[in-house]
Amino acid sequence: MALRKVKGNLERMFDKNLTDLVRGIRNNKDNEAKYIAQCIEEIKLELRQDNISVKSNAVAKLTYLQMLGYDISWAGFNIIEVMSSPKFTHKRIGYLAASQSFHQDTELLMLTTNMIRKDLNSQGQYDAGVALSGLACFIGPDLARDLANDIMTLLASTKPYLRKKAVLMMYKVFLRFPEALRPAFPRLREKLEDPDSGVQSAAVNVVCELARKNPKNYLSLAPVFFKLMTTSTNNWMLIKIIKLFGALTPLEPRLGKKLIEPLTNLIHSTSAMSLLYECINTVIAVLISISSGMPNHSASIQLCVQKLRILIEDTDQNLKYLGLLAMSKILRTHPKSVQAHKDLILQCLDDKDESIRLRALDLLYGMVSKKTLMEIVKRLMVHMDKAEGTSYRDELLSKIVQICSQGNYQYITNFEWYVSVLVELTRVEALGRQGSLVAGQLLDVGIRVAAIRPFATRQMALLLDNAHFLASGAGGSSGDGTTTGCGALASSVAEVLHAAAWICGEFSQHLPSPVSTLEAMLRGGRLPSLPGHTQAVFVHNVLKLFAAVMARPKNEGGDPETIDKLSDLLLEKLPYFASSGDLEVQERASSALQIVKLLAQKRKRHREKGKKVGGLLDGMGEETLGEGEGSGGEEDPYTAEFIALFRGELNPVAPKAQKKVQVPDGLDLDAWINDPPSESSESEEEVGENLFGTSERGGLKLFASELYVRGSHHPVSQNLSEEEMQKRREARRLELANNPHYLKGSSKKVNDNSVADIPVAPIELTTPLHIAGLVSSDKYLDLDRKKSSRKGREKKVKGRKKGKRSSREVNNGVSASDDDEVSPMHVVNTDIGEMPEGVEPSEGEEEDSRPSDDPHRALDINLDEPLRDEEKLPVAKHRAGAEEEGGGEGVLVEDGEVQEAVEEEGVKKKGKKSKKKKANKEAEREDGRKRKKGRKKEKVEGDAERLDVGVIKDSIGEPAPESNKASEDIDMWLIRSEQLEVEGEVKKVVSGGKKRGKHKGGGGDDPSSSSANKEATQKRRRSKRKEGAGEVGGGGDEGSKVSSKEGYEEAAGISTPSKEAVSEDAADGGEEWKLCRMRKLAEDKALLLTCEWRGSSILEQGAIAVNAGVVLVNRGAWPLRRLDLNLSESPSVKQLNGPSTMDSLMGEATGLQVQLLPPGASTEIAFSLTVSEPTSPHKLRATLTYILDQGDAGSSHEKLDMWLVVPCSAYLLGPSIVGGQMSEGSFADLLSSGDLGHRRSLSLASSTVHMTFSQVLKMLCACVGGLTLVEQVGDSASLYARSAIGHHVCMLAKASGQPVVLNLDAKSDCDALLVHLLEELRTTLSPHLS
Amino acid sequence: MIKAILVFNNHGKPRLSKFYQYFTEDMQQQIIKETFQLVSKRDDNVCNFLEGGSLIGGSDYKLIYRHYATLYFVFCVDSSESELGILDLIQVFVETLDKCFENVCELDLIFHVDKVHYILNELVMGGMVLETNMTEILTRIEEQNKLEKQEDSVVHFNASSNIIVAGLAAAPARAVSAVKNMNIPQQIKDMKLPDLPQAIKDLKF
Repeated sequence: MALRKVKGNLERMFDKNLTDLVRGIRNNKDNEAKYIAQCIEEIKLELRQDNISVKSNAVAKLTYLQMLGYDISWAGFNIIEVMSSPKFTHKRIGYLAASQSFHQDTELLMLTTNMIRKDLNSQGQYDAGVALSGLACFIGPDLARDLANDIMTLLASTKPYLRKKAVLMMYKVFLRFPEALRPAFPRLREKLEDPDSGVQSAAVNVVCELARKNPKNYLSLAPVFFKLMTTSTNNWMLIKIIKLFGALTPLEPRLGKKLIEPLTNLIHSTSAMSLLYECINTVIAVLISISSGMPNHSASIQLCVQKLRILIEDTDQNLKYLGLLAMSKILRTHPKSVQAHKDLILQCLDDKDESIRLRALDLLYGMVSKKTLMEIVKRLMVHMDKAEGTSYRDELLSKIVQICSQGNYQYITNFEWYVSVLVELTRVEALGRQGSLVAGQLLDVGIRVAAIRPFATRQMALLLDNAHFLASGAGGSSGDGTTTGCGALASSVAEVLHAAAWICGEFSQHLPSPVSTLEAMLRGGRLPSLPGHTQAVFVHNVLKLFAAVMARPKNEGGDPETIDKLSDLLLEKLPYFASSGDLEVQERASSALQIVKLLAQKRKRHREKGKKVGGLLDGMGEETLGEGEGSGGEEDPYTAEFIALFRGELNPVAPKAQKKVQVPDGLDLDAWINDPPSESSESEEEVGENLFGTSERGGLKLFASELYVRGSHHPVSQNLSEEEMQKRREARRLELANNPHYLKGSSKKVNDNSVADIPVAPIELTTPLHIAGLVSSDKYLDLDRKKSSRKGREKKVKGRKKGKRSSREVNNGVSASDDDEVSPMHVVNTDIGEMPEGVEPSEGEEEDSRPSDDPHRALDINLDEPLRDEEKLPVAKHRAGAEEEGGGEGVLVEDGEVQEAVEEEGVKKKGKKSKKKKANKEAEREDGRKRKKGRKKEKVEGDAERLDVGVIKDSIGEPAPESNKASEDIDMWLIRSEQLEVEGEVKKVVSGGKKRGKHKGGGGDDPSSSSANKEATQKRRRSKRKEGAGEVGGGGDEGSKVSSKEGYEEAAGISTPSKEAVSEDAADGGEEWKLCRMRKLAEDKALLLTCEWRGSSILEQGAIAVNAGVVLVNRGAWPLRRLDLNLSESPSVKQLNGPSTMDSLMGEATGLQVQLLPPGASTEIAFSLTVSEPTSPHKLRATLTYILDQGDAGSSHEKLDMWLVVPCSAYLLGPSIVGGQMSEGSFADLLSSGDLGHRRSLSLASSTVHMTFSQVLKMLCACVGGLTLVEQVGDSASLYARSAIGHHVCMLAKASGQPVVLNLDAKSDCDALLVHLLEELRTTLSPHLS
Repeated sequence: MIKAILVFNNHGKPRLSKFYQYFTEDMQQQIIKETFQLVSKRDDNVCNFLEGGSLIGGSDYKLIYRHYATLYFVFCVDSSESELGILDLIQVFVETLDKCFENVCELDLIFHVDKVHYILNELVMGGMVLETNMTEILTRIEEQNKLEKQEDSVVHFNASSNIIVAGLAAAPARAVSAVKNMNIPQQIKDMKLPDLPQAIKDLKF
């Protein structure tokens, strides 16, 4: 007891932690809300304390409460406080709370920018990681703009963990700040080839998300993805890539063709179901995009369908579901192949799993035929009765409508059946939102199928008669039938009543008893549950019916007494509508009322006048006017006029017609016609929308009655004689007959025949709602079955019908599907509907289907266009000072360097003098250096510095020429794939006898690999550059600068050594040239890195070991400590004797270290790399980190990023090994043996005269280590090299002319090696020669 | 993209909710409720995909879920995600939880929802799959936990030195806050923890 008391005190003294809170809530189940309210009060107190631990505890508790649905945004400021704590524990809690409760519009986020930036740049990778995770959830436009740069910097982090997160983060940045996409994209693209597979996968993920919404902008990445697809084994990534290709193929059918093969291979080989499924999906997408022209086209389809069948038959419901899902995609283009599996799909329709049934439903519409439609719909109707849950029922209903109405009702043979199906659907309880769909179908069928009108009208009249019953019956199930209870349930019925009223009004001539229908409408229209627009249609159609009654002959109900009675009834009932709350109803009712009033008045007056004239005429009139226009035609012109209001046929209007109406010249729709109104009539507009919007479904846009185009409506003036009217009527009939849009005249005759064939449905009395006269669709099913048994007899009749119909069918473009053996009983009008004159119905503007608030709209950005200068990420200005402390930290520093470069450039332009001055300046700076070749070195550095700038610029944005090529590249890539086979054959024939040709043009004819092709384009580009440089000539500064920038592409700075041609003292002696092989890697103020390749040796399995030495020179004034060179390995290049394999397992880069480097000293790091594809150059990312010890000023961490390129010459064996073995004789033997099947040539023009051939040769051998001079005879020499894996390279060098033109003719048994080697030679030598 | 990740039990009580698109708290609760209603009425032997969540997403979105004992794990994703891939991801998530909590049960999720969030953050970031390799995920989580523990011990050290500095003469309030720093409440509860969860388990499950 005492203990509990003590504990209670403690409890009060110490705050609750999260566990206590959770426990407390669980213990207070009965009054949870109260308990939590109390806890929130406590939390508020805790938040007021200064102690950050208490605060973070409180925030942790709030995060929990947020999950339970409590708004915690009031604590936003405290959350930010906790986020800003230096402790990881608190930070994590803070960021979690922020990610749960903040969103992009949270205003408090303004306060967080700098704090988050600090976290992003934090030393600890988990601080930055937590910040990124949180930021991904709440980043808004402002944060995205301000932090884009910092996140970009993280893309280059040495830690894969951060790179990975930063890559994903970029996607969020793009969404919120689309301007970042273009400047950042090149970096992102680089990440596709990141050495870490996690980063790669993340980059693929981001590009996929981007490309999904705007695929066309990412087409140029197809080659990269293709390569990834064929090389990667990461299933996650493969799935994403394959999905991406699925989005790209519709835009580029050639891509699809290229994809088919690898995808089919994957389908055959993979064991991962997820991958198999995505492959099938993409193959389907490909097959859809290339409709024909594939040789093994049907084979692929068959493969897919087979595999899908296996999936569907699987016991795993998930696979079944996915199989059906993919099947529905095939169905769209290849229905025949799916129809073969009809049994399977029908089976799935009875599956217990709703998801699977839904998917099977999707497939159904491809399964139906004229024969099976009724069966299948019957089945669905049974499901409908059983279905629980509105969404499935809705789906069922819309599917029934869809499969019936597809192809302009092409599968429906009996429309009476369809109408009765629709009527039955009306009676299904809880029609849901689908009422308007059924209504639309009823209207559509009524209008398009003239023959069904009598039947449909009769059914609709029955519906109207029982409207009150239907509406309240539906309502009754939900309550007592009160007005409120009817609500949603009745409204769907109301939609159908809307259609019923319209059909009865429009086709009133088919009504058995228009008077009673009219009465029913007046009765039903007053039902309180009817919405306004339905009531309005009721009112209008009452008027139409009234006119129709008047138009009837006397003996059929059109006698004056009935009319008088009706008009009295109308006058009595219409005021009710006129007082409706709905404006539309009010307006219509008022005008209807006035018309009826006016008519009644006129009739009365006329009758009085008629009586005055005499009774004799009356009798005569009756005899002569037996079946004329109306009952009192001659005696009552007003009646005739009234009837004329609703005369004429209505034509369907095409869905787009309204949009296509052209604005006449001189009409300015935006100008005010009158003065701007003080208060707009918005409410009316709303009503209008509502009215027209309700029946938009179905093939045609079916406006409410008044929007139909009344065919040639002639206002009949009062003094028209009967003869004249007769004439006009005749003319109209003629006009109608000639107008293809009017169907009535001719089809009516057909109707007369077909109506006779239609079995008149007996009245079904067992329907759920017991509405007499409504037929059941089952009847038709039975009939159909019976009919098929007496088909023989039917056939004759059919033949007759067909003959009459044929002309119409040709007109309407309906192909009679004879293979089905079942002929339709009714004709469907399949016109697309009326369009304004001079407008082509086919031209359809594809509208952007994305919702207007979709952020991807803003991301529709062309990424291939070169970057403009102003397109840069905003840089945080106040952090300019970071340059000193931050070292080589990416973009921030770049600005500074760029500026420096600009200055330098300015200096250079002044001419040689200033160049020298500059050199001197640099010499001063690098005082302590011991190298003798000072001046020349500096020159190297000067260039390299600019080159660095180039690199940085490149990494922000691609250089113009590169990006212009992007679209060209993809084209070449695709074309190559098409030509590959053909070329391959040609190649075989030509192979040996191929002309020497200029190297420049060698782009297109290299079939070896796509990478080689890329190489070739680059080569072309580069050779262009070279010409440019040549033109510039002596002042070639600019030219070479550009080319050095260009060189980054593949050889970041390394292959571009000093371009100062030949220094006088260096002309002789290969020793001097040896320096050529020292390639500069990187430099900053304190350090210079050069790299030399020192031969190679063979390892097992075609891989070789390459030895390298990196020389580090401390050219600053301070000692450097803990220099650590990190090489990030790529799949084809790995470190041989790296410190440990553990590190690489952990995803860390391998490191090479030097503890101390005093000022002026130099040291060397030697290492070996294994290269698995020693035929082309490889590129590795390397990072050097070190501590700059500035004595009193403290020390700073520095970082230097560089690309380490392993050139082809590094794969060659050293001259010492090869040289001895190769004599002139064996060289000749080798050449003549025919083993060397590949031949390439290269010519280099030298602009300097004072260089002998032997000097050139020396230079050649020195620059490319491994090349041995076999023999020199006069102006020609033979050279030889052998790669570590045994490929031979023989070269014949010839010099001619003055200045020297060096022609190299090379042969090898490995084309790739040869190409790359020559390329390397050219890039290395051309600066020396020019 | 993943739009939301929800974990709730057989009675619809939320155990974890992570929305990668903004919804108000009320809306979030409604979504959880609706999702629960959709998912809970399905048998265990039907497929794990579900369409028709009206509140979240729309036609492009699917619910992909798995049912483990008392818990439902539901991912709401759009069409850019592979259905089977997400099922895999759920499995990875649960297995990771199992490793981290050693035989995970609902109680772990109830009392350590924050940790579950941290684990989830290593799998999914901002609606995109971050990592699927379990060893990598576990390494990251462990390293972060280590970091937290280090800080914790530093806190303890500081706290005790605080007491020494403050001495007996210091104001009691200050002493209390210093003691708080030591996370004593946690320690007290930590001591009880081994038997407590078992007791709760016996009582309520």
